[in-house]
Amino acid sequence: MKFTWFNLMPWPYLPDDFRQKYRSVWVDIDSKLFNPEKSHELYNMYIDLLEHAGTLGFDGIGVNEHHQNAYGLMPSPNIIAAGLARRTRDVGLVVLGASIALYNPPLRVAEEFAMLDCISGGRLIAGFPVGTSMDTNFCYGQIPALTREKYREANELIMRAWHEREPFAFNGRYTKLRYVNIWPRPIQQPHPPIHIPGGGSIETFDFCLDNTYSYSYLSFSGYVRGKALMQSYWDRVAERNTPDTSPYRAGFAQTVCVADTDEEAERLYSKHVSYFYNRCLHVFPGFADAPGYRTIKTIQKGVLSQYAPPASGGLFPQLSWKEMVEGGYIIAGSPETVRQRMEEMIKGLRVGNVFCLMHIGDMPKEKSMYSTQLFAEKVMPKLRNIFPEYASDNRFWCKPMANRVSPGALPAEVDLRAMANADD
Amino acid sequence: MELKTVKTEHVPVRYYEGGKGQSLVFLHGAGGLDLDQGFLAALAEKFHVYAPLVPGYGDSEECPELRDMLDFTLHTWDVVGALGLKDPVLVGFSMGGMIASEMAAVVPNEVSRLALIAPAGLWIDEHPLPDIFSMLPFEFPPYLFHDPAAGAKIMSAGMDMSDPKFLQGFLVQTARQLGAAGKIMFPIPDRGLSSRLYRIKAKTILIWGSSDKLIPPIYAQAFRRGIAGSELVLIPDAGHVAPFEKPQEVIRAISRLA
Repeated sequence: MKFTWFNLMPWPYLPDDFRQKYRSVWVDIDSKLFNPEKSHELYNMYIDLLEHAGTLGFDGIGVNEHHQNAYGLMPSPNIIAAGLARRTRDVGLVVLGASIALYNPPLRVAEEFAMLDCISGGRLIAGFPVGTSMDTNFCYGQIPALTREKYREANELIMRAWHEREPFAFNGRYTKLRYVNIWPRPIQQPHPPIHIPGGGSIETFDFCLDNTYSYSYLSFSGYVRGKALMQSYWDRVAERNTPDTSPYRAGFAQTVCVADTDEEAERLYSKHVSYFYNRCLHVFPGFADAPGYRTIKTIQKGVLSQYAPPASGGLFPQLSWKEMVEGGYIIAGSPETVRQRMEEMIKGLRVGNVFCLMHIGDMPKEKSMYSTQLFAEKVMPKLRNIFPEYASDNRFWCKPMANRVSPGALPAEVDLRAMANADD
Repeated sequence: MELKTVKTEHVPVRYYEGGKGQSLVFLHGAGGLDLDQGFLAALAEKFHVYAPLVPGYGDSEECPELRDMLDFTLHTWDVVGALGLKDPVLVGFSMGGMIASEMAAVVPNEVSRLALIAPAGLWIDEHPLPDIFSMLPFEFPPYLFHDPAAGAKIMSAGMDMSDPKFLQGFLVQTARQLGAAGKIMFPIPDRGLSSRLYRIKAKTILIWGSSDKLIPPIYAQAFRRGIAGSELVLIPDAGHVAPFEKPQEVIRAISRLA
């Protein structure tokens, strides 16, 4: 199993009446709610939490990209990842990911990922999301019906840039480059493993299988609701006679809260979880799915955006702790409760990569660290060996260099003159 | 009106045809032709009307080869050609007005009579247009109709979003239609028309509902300035969907081109 400690970096100061007073946490969120001075402490706290998780035995620490979004303060995940590359030693850096259709030219992503891989000594796990409709269409102006074509082309360009060793011309529809010749190149050859976060499009399933990319479902509605979608992925894997059904072909994001007891978990975390589900996910339904963003085939399959309004219309209902736990939105409780439900989730969805959302909503850092530590010590070790027959499948995880340097290891007090002369 | 199909280079095109007299091509708005059936029937009493559907609208096939404004413009010329028409009266409503304007600007010598009903295609920073791509169905009527309450009733007739089957059909239709419209209108319906308007040689009538809240009449002034010799007919008590709300007045204005 591969466990990644994942942070969305939510803004924790949304007012109590946010749902009533504001129409959306995303796209047209009131900019007056953002306070740059407060964000200074917040960003550093979030990066501390990622670094802390990196010392506890998680396989990866993860970041992702969102725009104009009060639950995701990372328009550029690579900036955070660059800091993490320096301040962590062994843990995988999961950037899930950079929205390749948004960059002009998309080669920028190939370059930045190569830089991250080089700085971290080959610890990068790269992600290529199509991006949500909120990010891609409404914030970054991509034409919905052309987004997927542009995305495919960006993938092709990046892959060729990583695979080919001679400068080449790329005559794409969306990008034209006379000399593609990226410098630097990634340590992991030909390229770092790729994970694709998706929302259930059949086209994305096939895209992952065609390219040996891992498919990740980054849902907030938990494994009970994720079951149907992941099953349709595995059905597609079977339908296409894919040579193996390695669980590492799939990943899932899950909100997880661990405490000593189930009761303590509710007492400690319930208001933060409520903050996340009831304020942070308050997205104006009109932004959920720009017409043309999702393909007809996918809509016909009944896959709707997780941000789409409930069929009854209106806003999402307020969810209670009990509803969220029993409905499987979150996995929370004592280490044993969490272990059982995680095992159920991992086996039920057949996922080798789990993205653990362990800082939730407006949680203070101490609570997140407490939950994280309990998970790392009392839950994770017991879940390690769920798929022993695939233990050697390393296609979807990073392969760091053996001899990596320690960043920040310049000698503190030395005779620079003597050293400089000695090297001459 | 009869629904027919004509072959074009990229895709078979569905179109309505009816009436007798001078040939007239009507290009529909982003909402499709659903609201315009009565208007087209009335128009067909004076003209030989052809109303092609943009690929993806109604039951017509989608066309991935159409990506940008030039594609849409030339495709629509292909349709006119495939219908065997030469210099028909060219009428466009809203998005259709944007396409018609481009057609007349790109091939100015083959369009001599142009009627633009609340056309899209321009953008005035001081008067940003509402974003139709993020609107929920119940949010449209105040933008579209002079009488939003009556409009809401018409738009919601037969709509039952709590029926999953209806919802799915509705979402598919929206994705097909507004997905196609988005290629030339998302996120801002400006593909450079303002710098090409001067090329239009046609006698041009601009027709606008005086209470249009989707593309407010201030845009009429911009079109009037851009197209030499164009005339503006403002229709009182009509919103954006003037052909639906005031069909006879709109037809009378178009008839000034006959």
